[in-house]
This record gives sequence, C-alpha cells and structure tokens, in this order.
Amino acid sequence: MELILFILFGAIAVGGAIMVVTRRHPMASALYLILTLFAVAALFALRQAHFLAAIQVIVYAGAVVVLFIFVIMLVNVPENKLPMERVTGMRLLGVVAAGLLILESAVLARKFAMPAGSTADAGSVQAVGRALFTDYLLAFEITSVLLLSAVIGAIALAKKKI
Amino acid sequence: MNPLFDIAVAVARVAVFFAFVFGLVVVMTWVERKGAAYIQDRRGPNRARILGLTLGGVFHPLADALKFLFKEDFIPDGAHRLFYQLAPMFALAPAIMTMAVVPFGPPVTIAGKTIALQIADLNVGILYLFAVSGMAVYGVVLAGWSSNSKYPLLGGLRSSAQMISYEVSMGLSVMGILMVFQSVRLSEIALGQGELLYGILPKWGVFVQPLGFVLFLTALYAEANRTPFDLPEGESELVAGYHLEYASFKFSMFMMAEYIHMVVGAAVVSTLFFGGWQFPYLADKGFAFPGGISVAVPAAAVLILRIGSFVGKTLFFCWLYVWVRWTVPRFRYDQVMRLGWKVMLPLSLLNIFVTGLVLLFIDKGGF
Repeated sequence: MELILFILFGAIAVGGAIMVVTRRHPMASALYLILTLFAVAALFALRQAHFLAAIQVIVYAGAVVVLFIFVIMLVNVPENKLPMERVTGMRLLGVVAAGLLILESAVLARKFAMPAGSTADAGSVQAVGRALFTDYLLAFEITSVLLLSAVIGAIALAKKKI
Repeated sequence: MNPLFDIAVAVARVAVFFAFVFGLVVVMTWVERKGAAYIQDRRGPNRARILGLTLGGVFHPLADALKFLFKEDFIPDGAHRLFYQLAPMFALAPAIMTMAVVPFGPPVTIAGKTIALQIADLNVGILYLFAVSGMAVYGVVLAGWSSNSKYPLLGGLRSSAQMISYEVSMGLSVMGILMVFQSVRLSEIALGQGELLYGILPKWGVFVQPLGFVLFLTALYAEANRTPFDLPEGESELVAGYHLEYASFKFSMFMMAEYIHMVVGAAVVSTLFFGGWQFPYLADKGFAFPGGISVAVPAAAVLILRIGSFVGKTLFFCWLYVWVRWTVPRFRYDQVMRLGWKVMLPLSLLNIFVTGLVLLFIDKGGF
C-alpha cells in the first residue's frame, strides 16, 4: 500500500516538475509547481513527517508560489508575446547530465541503504519542536537572524527614505 | 475488526459533515439577506412561494440555485479559458476540505468500537487547517487574473495581499491556545476545554486567551473576505471584485466557497475558543456545578447536549458574520494593511510572549 502511494505521488511530483519547465505559459508552470509541491508533501507524510508535510504546503504552496503568481499577474505578458524557447545543444547536454545524476543517485541509494521507516512520532510537531529547540538551537537561531536581515534588507532596498 | 464497518463509518462521517456544511450554507444565504433586511428595517426576500407558502422567504435559496443552474455559462472573449474555468474549482475545493479536522462531538462507542465524531483526527490538526485554507487564495487570484479585466484583477490583487497578510496573524494568534492546551489536534484542544478554571469558569479558550480570540476572529473575517474586510469585492470601487466576470454556476461556486469558509470558520472559532462540543459544567456522567451540586444525565442525553452545544455555537458565530457585516462599514485598503501588519502582528507576538511567561513562571501545568 505504502509502495503504491509512493510510486503514485513520486510520479505526480516528477511529472509535475517536468510540466513546470516545459509549459509555455508561466501561469501553467506555477500551477504545476503547486501540484509538485503537494505531491512532495504527500511523500513527506508517507514517511511519517506530518509536520514537515503541513509546513511544506503552508510555506511553499501557500505563500511562495502565491508570490510567483503575483509577479506573473503584474507583469502579465500577452500570450502571443511569450518568448519561444528553442532546443539548443546546451539544453540537450543538460538533459544528459540530469540522466547521469539520476543514475548516480540510484547507484548510491542502492549502496547505502536508506534508514527503515522511522518511528511513528519522529515527524510529529512535538518531536520536531523538541529537536529544533535543543539539538539544533544554534542553527535555528542563526537562520532566524538570517531571515530578519533579509527582511530588513528588502525594506532598505525598496524604500528610498528610511 | 470488520473493514466494512470502518468504511461505513468513514462514509457516514463524510456524509454527515457534507450535509451539515452545505445545509448551513443554504440556510446562511437566507439568513444573510433576511438579517440584512431586518437590520436595515426592511422586509427582505419574501416572494418565492411553493403552493402559496412563502414561510418568510426560506424558498429563496432554492430559487437561487435553480436560477444559477439555468443561466448561460458565459466566458468573456479575452479570458484565459483554461484558468478561467479552473478558478472556481480552486476556490471551492479547499473550502470543502477544511472541515475535515473539526470535531463535532466527543468520541462515541458503538458496538465496542470508539468512533471519533470527526472526519480525520490528524496529528498536525490545526496546521492542516492553515495549509488547506491557504490554498483558497489561488481561486481568488486565478479568477482575478484570468478574467482579463481590470476590476477583477484589482480585486484579485487586493484579496491575495490581504489573505497572505492576515494568514500570518491568524497562525500566530492561535499559538497561545496551542501552548495552553499543549496540542495541535483539535480533538485534544476541545477535550482540554472541559476542565474548570479556578473551579468556577469553564476552561474555554476565550477565558484563557481573550486577546488571542479577538485577533483570531479578526483574522478570520479578513481571510473570509467578509465585511469590514470585504474590499476585494467592494462594490462601490470594484463592482464585484475578482468574480465580476463570472456567471451562472461558476459564480455560485465562488459564493458557496465564501459561505463554506464562514461556516467552517465559525466551527473552528467555537472549537478553539468556546469549548467545541463541551457543554458548560457537563461531565460524562451529568452536570457537576461548582459548589458540589450534581445532576445525573443519561449518556445519550449527554451526547445530544454536547453535539447540540457545538452546533449552537457554530450557528451563533455564523450569525455574528451577518451581524457584523450589516453593522460595520468597510475599511480602506491602506487601513487594512496597517491593521494587519502594525497592530495584529505585534499584538499576536505579544500574546505568545505573555502566554509563554505565564506558563513558565506562574502555572507550570498549563493554567
């Protein structure tokens, strides 16, 4: 059952990601991105990381992509003026490189066995909270300072007079 | 146990919830217009009749539904056809999904099996609620953009900015409740509110988190795009806002989404801050009033009282939306943004800080 769900959501995630880069209209790309993010959240949930799954949807699907769509709406390029992308040698090489990367990670994954299904509550809100505020406190605090400085930087750039 | 029994229970739960939410949506469209009429000293809808009966206009929702079904399904020329048709679905689907985690009663035991009166008791509980309701913004944004018209675009922009801004304060205002009841599961939060505070007051969220309640209610109104935060569809400036170019059943899907948001919002407020299915002073065995007086009540009556208490609270908050809508004027856009970022956000952070201090120093066991 879990394997079937994994294959299903994995296929949706990969298929959605391919659609994101191949669609001509940016709005379609953004919507496929939401689909991919949802499928990845489902994969998290399958691994018992429920908190991560919820946060994935709240932050990425609920906020980040909304901002993308905001920009797409505001720029609003008419459909006949969207740039045509061509298949170039560079891009073909990129596909080959991606194939190699997938092959490589498959080999690595076979070599180093993934940890077996984690315990039921390892991904719960309580467990993640405890880990964040004990073992990873320093990293957590530094990340929050980084985000704060990013916010201040954005305001400083956007405002002419502070 | 019997898998068939489990499936039957699951189907029954979903069916009951659908009936409850959609039934309330239908009733609310009538209550809204009738309430508006009485608040403005008019009669309101009273013409739709079946067999000569008008019953105060209760048939109007039926007439509305028929009207929406038989209107022309119109798509404007310049619209982005695919996105234009997707938008109402993006609006309606998350609205329906949100109801899944709200408990409408305590767990009951049928045939030796405990059944939660809740579609899904997820262990991320309220986070699921935020995640799903955050998706609602796509319906609004897509509708505004794909209509290829100026008023809907402005409405879509306004409403997405507003919804993102207030989502932040909404999430933070609930944090205090999560800290007090030490759980994110709505079922456990509802259960925790059955205790008594100082032996007199029921330990409802509103008594332990009064500021959190005010902030949450405000954010809820902003999220549902209801007055005084309904400027995404402010008639006087934007005609109808993001759903201006929609007709027929697509328009009705937007309306349904709005009303479902209201109903679910009312249910969530009563669960988080007013004890959910808890009836004041009612324990499993019967009433236990402060002062040692107790009245025994049969188990079935306790269950009915509790579910009734949840439904009653939800109905009250549904009515409150109507009451507020026809009492308070609309904010200006800059006022909404200032309120969201400069008042609500600092206050909700302060609420979390003070709650943390109280929990840490005064009452270690959570009030």
